[in-house]
Amino acid sequence: MSLDDFYRQNILDHYQNPRNFGTLEAPDISAEDSNPLCGDKIRMDLKVKDGAIEDVRFTGIGCSISRAAASMLTEEIKGKTLEEVKAIGREEVLEMLGIELGPVRLKCALLALKTLKVGVYGLQSWHSEDEG
Amino acid sequence: MKTVAPERRLDTALIRKDFPILNREVYGKRLVYLDNTSTTQKPVQVLRAVDDYYRTYNANVHRGIYQLAEEATEAYEAARVTVARFLNARSSKEIVFTRGTTESINLVSNSWGRKNVGPGDVIVATEMEHHSNLVPWQLLAEEKGATLRFIPVDHSGRLDLSDLDALLTGPVKLLAVTHMSNALGTINPVEELIRRAHAVGALVLLDAAQSVPHLGVDVRALDCDFLAFSGHKMLAPTGIGALYAKREHLEAMPPFLGGGEMIREVKLSGSTWNEVPFKFEAGTMNISGAIALGAAIEYLEGLGMDAVRGHDAELTSAALEALRSIPGVTIYGPPAAERGGIVSFTVSDIHAHDVAAVLDREGIAVRAGHHCTMPLHAKFGIAASTRASFYVYNVLEEIDQLAAGVRKAQQVFHA
Repeated sequence: MSLDDFYRQNILDHYQNPRNFGTLEAPDISAEDSNPLCGDKIRMDLKVKDGAIEDVRFTGIGCSISRAAASMLTEEIKGKTLEEVKAIGREEVLEMLGIELGPVRLKCALLALKTLKVGVYGLQSWHSEDEG
Repeated sequence: MKTVAPERRLDTALIRKDFPILNREVYGKRLVYLDNTSTTQKPVQVLRAVDDYYRTYNANVHRGIYQLAEEATEAYEAARVTVARFLNARSSKEIVFTRGTTESINLVSNSWGRKNVGPGDVIVATEMEHHSNLVPWQLLAEEKGATLRFIPVDHSGRLDLSDLDALLTGPVKLLAVTHMSNALGTINPVEELIRRAHAVGALVLLDAAQSVPHLGVDVRALDCDFLAFSGHKMLAPTGIGALYAKREHLEAMPPFLGGGEMIREVKLSGSTWNEVPFKFEAGTMNISGAIALGAAIEYLEGLGMDAVRGHDAELTSAALEALRSIPGVTIYGPPAAERGGIVSFTVSDIHAHDVAAVLDREGIAVRAGHHCTMPLHAKFGIAASTRASFYVYNVLEEIDQLAAGVRKAQQVFHA
């Protein structure tokens, strides 16, 4: 895979112009998680109405992969029900990113999803069944 | 800090022939391995030592009354003598084989620490410690109700010793300090620290994971009480390292792990312990690893540690100069004369993972992250940095490739 493929334009675009970046004033759900290996942190704020995601914001520090994944994920979940959000797995995230990742960068890619799941399940820590 | 003028330079062309892995390609580019602080590559002399042991005299040590067992025991104990010579220990009885630096430090915290540190006692460490020389003391302090104090790091990446007298006041039992920072490369003034800690009756543990491979140490000249290092950061395999401790400390310390080999006599009502260092080597040890560590030390002795240090210094100066000339690059740590072969930096606002990923595509292996020094990175206000670190097989051309890779990362991220 070439470097250009690796950093596909849309990853760079989401990294440099993250969608839904920031915090919500009175979120119904707010979750934070971090990747202890690299120090990346993500916070997700959700506004829930009638069991669906009305609004979402994220903040945090992270590499292009983790931030792009978070940005894409926020676009993906807006309007979805909590049940639909719970059904999102790592395959969906990797599909959004459109690249193959090794085990180390996989953790970057999945941090946002992990944070989101902590929020919607109300769990302290969530691990997908098939996580690297 | 004196600068060391190498009497002889390393013949890198010759050295590189000993490291088969350096011939491999990554993404179609020849491997440029600059993550030596993390672990080093292995020369054929070390690989052969492992192979010879398993092919020709594999047996357990100190037990069997047969030829193979005697050969294995001889080689294992010869490696201990080699380590003792390399560190200038008084005796090979002061060398305990372990899995590495982390286990060596945990041995001290569990054995010496649990016996000698009580409620209200103080352990002094520094803000630049690797987690392996921090977390064991946090665990001990929590268990015993002891207190941890930290020598601060200033913004040049040096220890700030202005309040050292105050930090060393009271029931200070131990100073645990890194000889050479794995994140900044800073070579700490350990001679002064040891002298001042001893003056108040505290013992000193040196985390020598970087200094033993890159500087060479003389435990008698330093007069440290404990010194921990790993084999895999100095050309030997993973899973082997050692603890040096003054004999009187080892004699007085209770065992760390219980099991076979560490005992003198076992009855169901209780046991007595083997003599040092065997008291601390429970279970079957990493025999091939110890023998290979001996081979690695002989390889380094053949090069000469002055020459190794001089080579590191040459590459470090070149790397500092090359990276400093790139707008947007921030380098952490002291000037070349006060650091070993380690350069940590950030590139514009590009995350260290992204810098490392671009470098990886150029065949260049560097570390990206907090390098197991989260408190230090917090101090500098960064989550992560990129770290390039050098060893005996690296060449100046690779520094140019590193700099070109960093520029490429800036292009990719439009930084």
